[in-house]
Amino acid sequence: MTRYRSPAIRRYLIRLAVLMTAYVILLFGSITLFQKNQPTGIAAYALAIAPALPIIGVFWAVMRLLIEEPDEFQRMLFARQCLIATGFCLTIVTIWEFLQNFELVPPGNGGFGAAFFWFAGLGVGALYNKLTVGSSGGC
Amino acid sequence: MRNRLKVLRAERDWSQQDLADRLQVSRQSVNAIETGKYDPSLPLAFRIAELFGLAIEEIFTSPTKD
Repeated sequence: MTRYRSPAIRRYLIRLAVLMTAYVILLFGSITLFQKNQPTGIAAYALAIAPALPIIGVFWAVMRLLIEEPDEFQRMLFARQCLIATGFCLTIVTIWEFLQNFELVPPGNGGFGAAFFWFAGLGVGALYNKLTVGSSGGC
Repeated sequence: MRNRLKVLRAERDWSQQDLADRLQVSRQSVNAIETGKYDPSLPLAFRIAELFGLAIEEIFTSPTKD
């Protein structure tokens, strides 16, 4: 059984590879510069935000896939994946925030931000698609 | 939505991939439509009907008549 690979999915995978490479470079670059130079002011803000930019780029790449994919069934699978990912992420973050509000868990998120749970939610969405319509989708 | 896609395909000795190629959709789409797990849009239903030279209602059964 061959896996469906439209030109839109191939473009998405290339964008994902480029963005993830940029993420790793910017993350380690920012950490190194913070440790060595201890920047302040605007430079510190720019360096801190830099690794977030490729993550935002991945959100853009997923939305472009939803627009560019010509196969309507595949588009439906991707849309369901994104909706489940959003619900999954909001659920986890909301529960975590209430646990923090009542001081049942420590402040902070241990490095696991909303984006992490959204991407994990894409996996949950793919599993849901597989169980309900027999095809997982490709996000 | 119930449909006769599998029968029509078998009459022509087409695989799901053959039909998918003719409709320019994924094989997974054909499988999901055949098994009633996905209802095609009206434009895709017309493309399917035109490919088989039939009317839409000769391929798909109206949900109200199930």
